[in-house]
Amino acid sequence: MQKKINYLIGDSSISDLQLLNQNSFEIFSVESIEFLSELSNILLKNSEVKKYPDVATFAFFIRKANLNLLKKNYVNNQNYRIGRGIVFHITPSNVPVNFAYSLLVGIISGNINIVKVPSKNFEQVNIIIYSIKEVLKLLKFKTLFENRIFIVKYDRDSQGTSIFSSICDVRIIWGGDISINEIRKSSIPSKSTEITFADRYSISVINANEYLKSENKRKIATDFYNDTYLFDQNACTSPQSIYWVGSKDEINDAKCIFWSTLESLLIEKKYHLQPITSIEKLTTFYSQAIVNSNIFKTIQINNTIWRVNNPNVLNGVEFYKCSSGYFNEFTINSLEELLPMINRKYQTMSYIGFNKSEIINWVNKSKPIGIDRIVPIGQTMDFSLVWDGFDFVSNLSRQIEIK
Amino acid sequence: MINSSINFELPEISLYSLNKVSKREFFLKRMIDLFNYHQKNCLEFKNMMYSVNFNGDQISKIEDLPFLPVRLFKMYDLLSVPRHDVVKTMTSSGTSGQSVSKIFLDKNTAMYQTRILSRIVSSFLGGSRVPMLIIDCESTVKNRNQFSARAAGITGFSIFASKRIFALNDDMTLNLEGIKEFIEENSKKTIMLFGFTFIVYQHFYQELLKHKNEFDLSNAVLIHGGGWKKLIDQAVDTNTFKSQFKSVCGLNRIHDYYGMVEQTGTIHMECESGYLHTSEYSDIITRRTNDFSVCEVGEQGIIQLLSLLPVSYPGHSILTEDIGIIFGEDDCTCGRKGKYFKIYGRLKNAELRGCSDTYAEKN
Repeated sequence: MQKKINYLIGDSSISDLQLLNQNSFEIFSVESIEFLSELSNILLKNSEVKKYPDVATFAFFIRKANLNLLKKNYVNNQNYRIGRGIVFHITPSNVPVNFAYSLLVGIISGNINIVKVPSKNFEQVNIIIYSIKEVLKLLKFKTLFENRIFIVKYDRDSQGTSIFSSICDVRIIWGGDISINEIRKSSIPSKSTEITFADRYSISVINANEYLKSENKRKIATDFYNDTYLFDQNACTSPQSIYWVGSKDEINDAKCIFWSTLESLLIEKKYHLQPITSIEKLTTFYSQAIVNSNIFKTIQINNTIWRVNNPNVLNGVEFYKCSSGYFNEFTINSLEELLPMINRKYQTMSYIGFNKSEIINWVNKSKPIGIDRIVPIGQTMDFSLVWDGFDFVSNLSRQIEIK
Repeated sequence: MINSSINFELPEISLYSLNKVSKREFFLKRMIDLFNYHQKNCLEFKNMMYSVNFNGDQISKIEDLPFLPVRLFKMYDLLSVPRHDVVKTMTSSGTSGQSVSKIFLDKNTAMYQTRILSRIVSSFLGGSRVPMLIIDCESTVKNRNQFSARAAGITGFSIFASKRIFALNDDMTLNLEGIKEFIEENSKKTIMLFGFTFIVYQHFYQELLKHKNEFDLSNAVLIHGGGWKKLIDQAVDTNTFKSQFKSVCGLNRIHDYYGMVEQTGTIHMECESGYLHTSEYSDIITRRTNDFSVCEVGEQGIIQLLSLLPVSYPGHSILTEDIGIIFGEDDCTCGRKGKYFKIYGRLKNAELRGCSDTYAEKN
C-alpha cells in the first residue's frame, strides 16, 4: 500500500480490493478462539512476559476457558452474528497493551483488523507482536488469519489514517477529544460506523463506616494505587474525585487512615512525582479556587498527594482534572446526593463499602446520565467486552435476520 | 475600586546597595501591601489567596508568601485595575501553538517598569545614553497595541539610546551596510548591542562568521536575554557564546539578563563574575518541586520571583518553570549586594502514562 506506513504484521502489498473481498467470521468462532488461545499459550510460556504484568493479564484474559465463558453471553440459536468487515483501530500512544485488547475484540467479533500502534517503542508491544507472528507461522492459522491482521505504525504526516479510514467498516478511536476531532477529518464510508472513547472523568465513592471496619486497609490502598498512581492518574478510569459517605466523625477518621496508608505505600513504592506535575497541581488548584473560593487544600507532607477539600458539592469539578495524585474530596450523606453532579463526561465509578444490590438500586432509581462502569476499587483498569457503555461484540458485528 | 490608602510610589533606593537585613524589612512590607492591594482589587486573586488561607498579618518572611504559577497568566486575564485603565497588554513570546501570557499594564505600572529597567541597565552601562544597535528587525516593534516580549524588550532598552538602528532587515538578514556605517560613525564611543539571545546568535553571530574580523566591536557592550533553550539544543553555552563573539568581532563585554514578561522591569543582570543579580526591587527564592520547600544556598530548585513593580496585575509573586541555583547573598565577588544566581534550564513537560491520546504524539 503506502511507503510511509510500517507494517509490523501483514502484507503491505495486499490490495484494497483483496481486503474488501474477504468474508467475515461468525462471532466467537472456533477459529478465532483457537487463534487467541494459541496466542495466550505462547505469551504465557515466554519468560519475558513475567516482567510485564499488563501483558500477562492480557494473556490470561484470552485463554480458551475465559473466551468460552464470555461466548455464552453472546451466542445462542436465536441470532446469527458475523463481523462487520474491516475494523480500523487507532490505539492510544501511552498504554502499551491497549492495542492488543482492541485487536482481540476485533478478532472475536469476526473481523479483519488494521491496528495502528503507538510510534513510541514499548517492549510490551514488541512481545505481543512477536508472539502473534509466532502463531501466524503455524500452518492452520496462517491460511485463516494471514490477511486478517495488520499491525501498522506511522507518523502524523503519513496518509495512513485517511487510507485506512476510507476502507473500514468500523473505526475505533481510543481518545482523547482533540485526537478524535483531528481523525474525523478523514472520512469513513457512509455505511461505516465509529466507536470513540472521548476524554472522561471518573470518581470513587467510599462508605466511611464500612472502610473503618475493613480489615485489610493496606490492600485497599494498593488497589487504589493501582487505579491511580500506577498510570499517574492519567487513565480515564482513574478517580479524580472522592465522595465520602457517612457521618462527619466517621469520615474524618476514615480519611485520616485512608490517606496516611496511601502515603506510606507511595513512599514504599518509591513513587516518583515528575517535577512539572507539582506546578500543574498548583495551577489546577488555583484555577479551581478562582471560581470556587470556598475550597481549600488539605495539608499533606508533600505534593505527591494533593487533596482539595470541597465544603459543598460542586458542578463542573470535571473541568479541573490533573494527574499524578490530585483529588477533589466531597462529603455526601448517601449515594442519592451524587446524582446532580453526574453528567455525560462521567465514566467509571469505583467504590468501597457498598454491596452490589445497593449499587443496582441506586442505578435503577436514579438512572444517571453519565457513568458507564461501576466497579470495586482496584478493578477500574480491568478490561471488559463492554467499555464506556459500548458492547464491543455487538458494535463490531452485524446480525443477519433470517425468517 | 481605587486604592488610595496605600502609597504605591516606588521608593528610591540606590541599586545593589542594601544588605539583606535592611532589604528584607523594606521588601516584605511592600510585598504584603501588594498582596493586600491585589486581594482588594482582583477577585480571582482574592479567591486564590482565600483557598490557601493567606493572611498578610501572619507573614514574617518572604519565603512564606504564596506564589502564582506563571501558567495562570496564560489561562486567565488577571488584572487589578479597571480594564479601561489598561494602556498596554504585553504577551509572552510563546512558540507557535502554545498559549501566551497576557499582562495588563496601567500607566503607573508601565512607568515603574521603565524607570526600574532604566536604573538597572544604567548601573551596568554607565549613566549617559549611548548609540544602540538593536539585533532585531524594525517590524518586530511595529504593532504597538499587542506588545510581545521581544518588542517590549527593544522598546524598554531603547531609552538608553542616543540614536538607534536595527541590525536586521525585515527578512532577518543582516543589514551589512547599515551596520558598517554605524560602527564607523561611533568608533570612539561605547556602543550598546541589544537583542534576544537566540536571535543574536542565529542572525547576528552566525552571519558575522561569514565576515570574520570585518567588524570591530571591541568598544561595544552586548546585553541579551530571553533564554538559552534553543542554544543549548545547539550545544552553545554561555562560555562558548562569549568566546565565539570575542573571536569573531572583538566583542568582550557581554551581559545576559534574566527576566519574565510577567515581571518586566525588574530584570536580573549578569555581572562581571557571571552571576545574575537581584536588585532591591526584586527577589528570588528557589524551591524543591517535591513539596515547594525552600532550597539551601547552592541547591538546585525551581525559581519563584518576587517583584515590587506589578500593581495593575497580580504578578508580584510568581512561580516560574525555570530551574536555578542561588549561590549566595550580598557577597558576590563583583561587589553588588543582593542574591546572585544562575539558571539551568526549564522543567520538562510530563511524560504521559495512561490512556489519553492516539494522535497528538511527538515524533
